[in-house]
Amino acid sequence: MINIPSTLKVSLRALLVNKMRSALTMLGIVIGVSAVITMLAVGTGASQRVSEQMASMGSNLIMIMPGTSTEGGVRMGAGTQSTLSVGDAEAIQKDCPAVLYVAPVHNGSAQVIYGNQNWFTSITGTTANMLLVRDWPLTEGRPFTDDEVRSVARVCLLGQTVADNLFGGINPIGQIIRIKKVPFTVIGTLAIKGQRGHDDQDDTIHVPITTAQKKLFGTAFPGMVRSIMVKAQSTEDLPAAEKQIGELLRQRHHIGQQGQEQDDDFTVRNLTETMQVAEQLMNVMTLLLGAIASISLLVGGIGIMNIMLVSVTERTREIGIRMAIGAKTRDIRLQFIIEALILSLIGGIVGIIIGMLGSKILSMLAGWNTIVSPLSILLSFSFSGMVGVFFGFYPAYKASLLDPIDALRYE
Amino acid sequence: MALIETQEITKTYSLGDLELNALNNISLGIEKGEFIAIMGPSGSGKSTFMNILGCLDKPTSGRYLLEGIDVAHMNRDELASIRNKKIGFVFQGFNLLSRTSALENVELPLLYDGLPGKERSERAAAALAAVGLAGRENHHPNQLSGGQQQRVAIARSLVNNAPIIFADEPTGNLDTKSSAELMELFTKLNAESNITIILITHEADIAGYSKRIIKFRDGCVVNDETNKREQARI
Repeated sequence: MINIPSTLKVSLRALLVNKMRSALTMLGIVIGVSAVITMLAVGTGASQRVSEQMASMGSNLIMIMPGTSTEGGVRMGAGTQSTLSVGDAEAIQKDCPAVLYVAPVHNGSAQVIYGNQNWFTSITGTTANMLLVRDWPLTEGRPFTDDEVRSVARVCLLGQTVADNLFGGINPIGQIIRIKKVPFTVIGTLAIKGQRGHDDQDDTIHVPITTAQKKLFGTAFPGMVRSIMVKAQSTEDLPAAEKQIGELLRQRHHIGQQGQEQDDDFTVRNLTETMQVAEQLMNVMTLLLGAIASISLLVGGIGIMNIMLVSVTERTREIGIRMAIGAKTRDIRLQFIIEALILSLIGGIVGIIIGMLGSKILSMLAGWNTIVSPLSILLSFSFSGMVGVFFGFYPAYKASLLDPIDALRYE
Repeated sequence: MALIETQEITKTYSLGDLELNALNNISLGIEKGEFIAIMGPSGSGKSTFMNILGCLDKPTSGRYLLEGIDVAHMNRDELASIRNKKIGFVFQGFNLLSRTSALENVELPLLYDGLPGKERSERAAAALAAVGLAGRENHHPNQLSGGQQQRVAIARSLVNNAPIIFADEPTGNLDTKSSAELMELFTKLNAESNITIILITHEADIAGYSKRIIKFRDGCVVNDETNKREQARI
């Protein structure tokens, strides 16, 4: 029979006898665990930020941009050719089964005036579908109606940043603002989306696309749009949606027909996929940081083994006495493993506390987003326990195999 | 059936090419309740013999029956269990755990026998009282005199009701007065509790407390006789 509480007491006492040595041995584990906790917190924080951005952008997004125009051999960059139209957007909505919502975009920037306040912001001409595509609720008011879009109504939705700058504390609903000297009635305010990279997503005004085309920014041909945003039915449908959109637009734009070799005059970008790649990258980085930090935990474990070996040699006589009065192999083994385990677990707990403090300080000083996840605490705690058992086993095994007579005679 | 019976026990140590016979064909029987002194010069094999009887060591050849059971083929843990339940040890150097109270030292054999904490401390306290150390339960070995330390060791050997106590020069580190007190304690335990006591000593007056004296020389028993003085005293 093994008596755990008593063995625990015996081990604790042995550790307390050499307080300084026990503390120094623990230090290795403390540093290792706190490094693991901090590194994982930094990594988790970074990948969480990416996930948040993904969520704020809206899920399962595809963006269609017009192609590149070439003037005298000089390629002008993405979106310089005007090839997309409202008709394309409507066709995509109608003919691509993998697509859930489509919102055409005709945007620009303009000075906006309300009373004695003015503000320079980006104006997005679009349809009511935009709010569905980007999972963007309203805090107040109502979205555009199809009638308003059809009738070139002068109504708008304000992003939170614009509302704050123009209206301060006043409720903007029903107020008239002027965009490029054209009066617009505010019919709603958009919920806060937050930063995306360096862009403030809330610094924007939504107006009906027809109004943007005819009253604000003009078009190269009737119905021209600068881009089309698409929400796919689901993440699994993203590739299908891309393919369907590509085929449909090629057909509508008469590209690659009658055997002609011709470049697409549009590009389809899967925004969600891009973000997912970034998220995966962050996860890999987290793993890497954790792996590097756990090397120091390993070194701490070797420190424990070293001290336990010294301890076994020092206490040879004690081991001999215990054996003479009936301690079995496993009793001796358990005693030393428990000692190692106590060292590593207490070191683990202290390390977790220091790691949490360290992550907090890092996020305060460096402004990094750090998250100490319960999983990382559990992981490093059980890992330090495993280190204790693993590195405590050899010294304990060595102690248990001592010859009782030799051990009793040991000076 | 004898409590202890050895049949042609031999113990050989090999030191490189040299073969050293520590014990040569020792055949002995010891009955329950005997009080035996083993005497002999250094290197005569008496300690080796006692280590074998105490199940700390195994003979090279021969049979050792403890309560009729051959222990020669037992493994480490089986021997540990025998030591725990059947045998108590008292050493010249006391061999108590330092920084551990008298009570906890005495509790140790019970700990390895798997007894619950309350029963352990009760029995240990009783054993300490039996050797006249009631009230010293919480003293650490360095707060006790040599004689008291040795009595803690005796309490430790008694606590698990072992029928045999092996004492390896128990008075070797004690003054004359403490030695006498200790031997009185052994005599009392032998007489009142019928505990078999086997002690090793150099000193004739210590051996004088025993009922039977076995003399060793060069790994052989050279003399094995009843202690006449002791008989006379009775």
